[in-house]
Amino acid sequence: MSTAIVGTAVVIAQCVLALAICAACWRLLKGPRAQDRVLALDSLYLSAMLLLVTFGIRSGETLYFEAALVIGLLSFVATAALAKFLMRGEVIE
Amino acid sequence: MTSFETLPVWAAVLVAVLLVGGALTTLLGTIGLIRFPTFYQRVHAPTLGTSFGAAFVLVASMLVFSLMEARPVLHELLILAFVTITTPVTLMLLARAALYRDRAEGQELPGWADDANAGKPIVPPLED
Repeated sequence: MSTAIVGTAVVIAQCVLALAICAACWRLLKGPRAQDRVLALDSLYLSAMLLLVTFGIRSGETLYFEAALVIGLLSFVATAALAKFLMRGEVIE
Repeated sequence: MTSFETLPVWAAVLVAVLLVGGALTTLLGTIGLIRFPTFYQRVHAPTLGTSFGAAFVLVASMLVFSLMEARPVLHELLILAFVTITTPVTLMLLARAALYRDRAEGQELPGWADDANAGKPIVPPLED
């Protein structure tokens, strides 16, 4: 019973998060300006991180948690560096 | 897929609601990313996912692992704290960069030509 409930919910959540990734990809491809693409990349990172957490629940392994943590860290560094680049034209001054 | 039969039914229902709710909140944020017309409106939408979306999914994960292993598993708090702290910082950096780019190109800024600024030049001076 519990397996059926949690299993169905995980599959639904994964499909919804995949749709969220598609929406972020649409904005990433369409633009129209660089800051829109950076914002879309940031929300793409977030949706991928949550997708990995749901994979972790489904498989029962904590390995996915570490991958999600690394993606969260990379998301911060990438967005901060890209914003700095848009502001100044270079990342490290 | 692992078996969740050691999970009580109330916890399974709670986890299911949290998972689907968190995923739907994240989807709502990215739909806002598509639908809002200007960048300064779009920058608000994905924060739905970074606040409530992430919180719901990570709390569901914490519940499942804590009840399955019969001990508190709180790793996910690390991700939650990190995402909650860093998102405002990065999005403020991004919004400032966008504002700088718009000013440098002389574009009309949202809200600038509304009421108090009638008669002033459209492009406000660069502060620094």
